[in-house]
Amino acid sequence: MTEFDLATSLLAILPEIALTVLAMIVLFLDLSLPESQRRTIAVVSSIGLAFTAALPLILWPGSAQVPEGLYWGCMVRYDVLSQIFKVMVLLAAAITCLMSIDVKGIGRKGEFYLVLIVSTLGMTLLAGAADLIMVFLALETTSIPLYILAAFKRDDNKSVESGVKYFLFGSFSSAILLYGLSLLYGFSGGQTNLYQIAGVLNSEAFANNPLPILGALAMVIVGFGFKISAVPFHFWTPDVYEGAPTPVTAFLSVASKAASFAVLVRFLMAVFPASVVIGNAEIQNFWVQLMAASAVISMTIGNVVALAQRNIKRLLAYSSIAQAGYTLMGVAALQATSADVQAQAIASISFYMFMYVFTNLLAFAVVVLFSEATGSETIADLAGLSRRSPWLALMMTIGLLSLAGVPPAAGFFGKFFLFNAAVQADLTWLAIIGVLNAIIGLYYYLVVIKVMYVDRSEDEDKPIPVSRPYVWVLAITAIVVIVLGTFGAQPVFDWAVRSASSLLG
Amino acid sequence: MVPLWAYLLVAAGLFCIGAYGVLSRRNAVAVLMGVELMLNAVNINLVAFWRYLSPLNMGGQAFVAFVFVVAAAEAAVGLAIIISVYRSRRSVIVEDVDIMKW
Repeated sequence: MTEFDLATSLLAILPEIALTVLAMIVLFLDLSLPESQRRTIAVVSSIGLAFTAALPLILWPGSAQVPEGLYWGCMVRYDVLSQIFKVMVLLAAAITCLMSIDVKGIGRKGEFYLVLIVSTLGMTLLAGAADLIMVFLALETTSIPLYILAAFKRDDNKSVESGVKYFLFGSFSSAILLYGLSLLYGFSGGQTNLYQIAGVLNSEAFANNPLPILGALAMVIVGFGFKISAVPFHFWTPDVYEGAPTPVTAFLSVASKAASFAVLVRFLMAVFPASVVIGNAEIQNFWVQLMAASAVISMTIGNVVALAQRNIKRLLAYSSIAQAGYTLMGVAALQATSADVQAQAIASISFYMFMYVFTNLLAFAVVVLFSEATGSETIADLAGLSRRSPWLALMMTIGLLSLAGVPPAAGFFGKFFLFNAAVQADLTWLAIIGVLNAIIGLYYYLVVIKVMYVDRSEDEDKPIPVSRPYVWVLAITAIVVIVLGTFGAQPVFDWAVRSASSLLG
Repeated sequence: MVPLWAYLLVAAGLFCIGAYGVLSRRNAVAVLMGVELMLNAVNINLVAFWRYLSPLNMGGQAFVAFVFVVAAAEAAVGLAIIISVYRSRRSVIVEDVDIMKW
């Protein structure tokens, strides 16, 4: 262990410290502001989170202030992967705060933003977790506030129901994950650091019997699979997404998924790299096959069941299951032997999650506006939206096209890079299944667009009111989606590949 | 001295009982109790491994303390959510919580 340097160590967790301070400020504002000024809380939270998102960018790894490495007794790792995902979840939280500002029942409640910020804190820690204890703690710091957020509208039956479902599934799966972690702790002879476990596992003790380790690995994957809502751990997703307040659904679908992918990639790469060979079997093969299988069924089930949905939030829930499937393809592509291809796989996962954050927030922002104005979440009620609010319909179209993977939206390049990484890693069959699924997916996204543009309704003369914060949300997310889908894609991806290579080299 | 595997066996048994409880009980509070049993199984595992494998490194003990804290937080939030379900439906039976179905 290196010598402890307080200044550098503090800088390494500066975003987390800033979030804690921000949480206290929000709590104070909640106590002191009168009812008429309570919208300020949302604005303060949002601006605070956006500034916090700038911190990792200023202190980027490789710059002089903080060298890459393990900090705080090897609890957190400070590297490019963790910083990219921190920026992602912080921006997602900032946009979610703006998106909640006018929502009835949550927009003016300070505790909503407080709980949201605490959950974000858990996610930033999760992105950098480098120790079994830290992985578990960060995961729970993320999840427990999310249970509260899902059940936040106490008078709304659906919201409470989604909270209880999320809680029961979530606590069960995290108990399974924890059992897996405790077994790993034992098998590694009392190591809790992710980066040291692999060395111990590789020893003689397990040479004849890899089964206990495979069991522990499978249990850990159950826990992470739940968080990213990959099939077969997706049962909670549609119900929770439908019932939770819409801004919470948006946050849950992007931030929690992104942070969980970060920790999944780090965990698999650090604890079970290709060098761990037990009983002549590479452990890596085992998890790559699990990931590939889960990718195939997530994509297929997500897309096929989405075809039958009538509720827009439920449709987006199944779509998010399918998106998790596409991203898992990138995780499976980590099997590649060359560091170049591995870097490409990591970069494509990061790029996909980054564009997915903005795409999904864009789509959900329109759903928030629509359901606040009309009280409906049914796809059929979107009819005539293009005449009611042409801009809103256009934004929704951009979001849905990006989710479907149609240029010039970002989703096209996201999918392209993932499929490319899969092909490079000798998983061509997986890429072909991905392409077929993208075609199925295109259908149900286009159905929604058709309803908005072709179908008529009686309310066409009633435009949907859009207040200033929502204009910002829509503008920022739409611009990012378009930029990442056109001239921004290649430079950003190349940069991500370069950063990821420094991670592996 | 009791061998390590005996502790692990007890923990595995406890874990399975807890998992069975989660999967078979219809009452949400009972499901929560099943989860608590599973977490306690984890604690037995951790303490046993710590004592037998690396008694000088306090990592295992710290882990157990954090599991306690998180389990308490989880139970507090979980019971609060279950109470709000009870308020709206006068029931904590999991099958009654079924407005949303696909």
